[in-house]
Amino acid sequence: MPGQTLRLIETRLENGGLGMALVGDWTLINLEPAKEVAKKLRALGADPDVHWDLNGVDLLDSYSALMIWQAWGWRFPASVQGKPEHLCFLARWGQLELPQPVPQLPFVQLMGLTINKMYSSFFDQVLSVLTLLGQLVLDLGHLLFNVKAIPWPDISNTVYDAGVRALGITALVGFLIGIVLSYLSALQLKMFGGEIFIINILGMSIIRELGPLLAAILVAGRSGSAMTAQIGIMRVTEELDALSALGISHSLRLVLPKVVALAVVLPLLSVWTSAAALFGGILSAQGILDISYKQFLFKLPEAVPLSNLLIGLLKSTTFGFSIALIACHFGFRIKPNTESLGNETTNSVVAAITVVIMMDAVFAILFMNVGFSL
Amino acid sequence: MIGTAVAIGIDHVWTQFSDGLGNVKTVHQDISMSIAKGEIAGLVGASGCGKTTLLREIIGLQVPSQGKIYLMGQTLGDYLKDSTKTAAQVCGVLFQRGALFSALDVFENVAFPLREIGINEERLIEHLVFMKLVTVGLNSHDAWLKPAELSGGMIKRVALARALILEPGLLLLDEPTAGLDPIASQDFVDLLAELHRQLHFTVVLVTHDLDVLRDLCTKVAVLADQKIIAFEPLPAILACGHPFVREFFHNPRAKRVFRNLRR
Repeated sequence: MPGQTLRLIETRLENGGLGMALVGDWTLINLEPAKEVAKKLRALGADPDVHWDLNGVDLLDSYSALMIWQAWGWRFPASVQGKPEHLCFLARWGQLELPQPVPQLPFVQLMGLTINKMYSSFFDQVLSVLTLLGQLVLDLGHLLFNVKAIPWPDISNTVYDAGVRALGITALVGFLIGIVLSYLSALQLKMFGGEIFIINILGMSIIRELGPLLAAILVAGRSGSAMTAQIGIMRVTEELDALSALGISHSLRLVLPKVVALAVVLPLLSVWTSAAALFGGILSAQGILDISYKQFLFKLPEAVPLSNLLIGLLKSTTFGFSIALIACHFGFRIKPNTESLGNETTNSVVAAITVVIMMDAVFAILFMNVGFSL
Repeated sequence: MIGTAVAIGIDHVWTQFSDGLGNVKTVHQDISMSIAKGEIAGLVGASGCGKTTLLREIIGLQVPSQGKIYLMGQTLGDYLKDSTKTAAQVCGVLFQRGALFSALDVFENVAFPLREIGINEERLIEHLVFMKLVTVGLNSHDAWLKPAELSGGMIKRVALARALILEPGLLLLDEPTAGLDPIASQDFVDLLAELHRQLHFTVVLVTHDLDVLRDLCTKVAVLADQKIIAFEPLPAILACGHPFVREFFHNPRAKRVFRNLRR
């Protein structure tokens, strides 16, 4: 009668020996909570004199069968009786061959392998970024002669997603940074009576440095991660393969629109961010230093030569280009599993921001003597 | 209607999806049926008629708009809350695309339910997992592969092994033989039939595979026109005159499959 719980009944045999009768439903659901039964089973299992009677067992699932088989010491006991299908089921555990575990490598060898892997993985990555870049140049060349093949809709989509939809957050961050910067500088300048130089400090640092950098970091976090994840999911759902099967180049349809769109939109965003930061700075300067917005705007072109704005724009274009390129590179590295998706997206954002800051340093060195009115 | 001999009771279930603009799409219209314990119920219907949705409602992944679903005589919520058993012990589920954990290898995927209910003796787990892998026809050295390295048929087998590892009282299978070659599909039918003889579990399976319906299912539910139009053993279904049934079961291929079926 199925449905009844399991029991282990002790009986005395006619010849005076000990008999154990298993009764009821021997299933995982029943056996897991019945710790006492399992304990008793284990205690008596190895005893060669016990007679085992399984005729009362209604249901026997793998877990219980394994527990019984284990209690018996991985073989049939000397004296056992039961339904043939149950005995057959139990005997299956005897036939199961477990694979040999993979031998663990010694520590030194493991370390060597890991270091070698990291080393070669680094060069692999550099190589694959270069390959992607080369492919991109070839694609651009191809598009020069095939203007019709330019993926305008994809470019426009990315411009909207990475640019238009980022207007709010970049404005907010820029505005707040402008206020903070202006406030902190004002306190210092007041001490030396050089209040008027707030315009130089804010104008120079924001237009040349902070605007492009802030916009780039925000875009790397916002759009770079999205691009990596998007390409990664396309790998998981085999959309990349579908594109290849249709003869559509990944770099032309996925990488190029993103790279071009970011290279176009990031300078615009950086101007927007700089404007918001200057606006914040002006408000703050007006409040603390009594420098009116008219005076600020009038003096600004004088304090900040035009070449600074151009340097800022050039930097932003390069940043946009590299953020998109890095995002796509990590996107293509994603393997079809959840862990890899998370890892590579993180790597993408970290690498993009690091590269942006490194390139900023390079720009600072290259244009050391450009754009200063002194 | 809801007795203890009933494994799954579906009581006046309506399912409607609204797109938020006032358009309501009715998927299930007042469905009632009860599946007895030990039954292997096949669920058939045209593509997109809500078979998978019904299955998801039985598991509790989706809540019907109206009506109740009972598992083993209790409402779904009460049943899963019952502290003596966990959801995993109640039902094993095989999803259409396997739904394996992509970060874990085959072994860990199959061992996952065992570890979740607190079995942590490694030797025990190894035996149970490898036995299941052998049962579903996988080689033991496949155990260290990641899901991404498996073929479609292997993914199905691993998913089935995971669904079966706790040998639950209720097995819900969403298109178990779709994407399997005929031999693998026959193996699957034989495997399930054998396990069913041993463990008397209840199975609900969504399928389009006529062989599975013929060889495995004790009863077949036909979902059409948003309703269960019949829930009967196969011969009775074949005698039914509904247009969908005529189309599905009386085409030349189906006739060949069902030729040897006793009426």
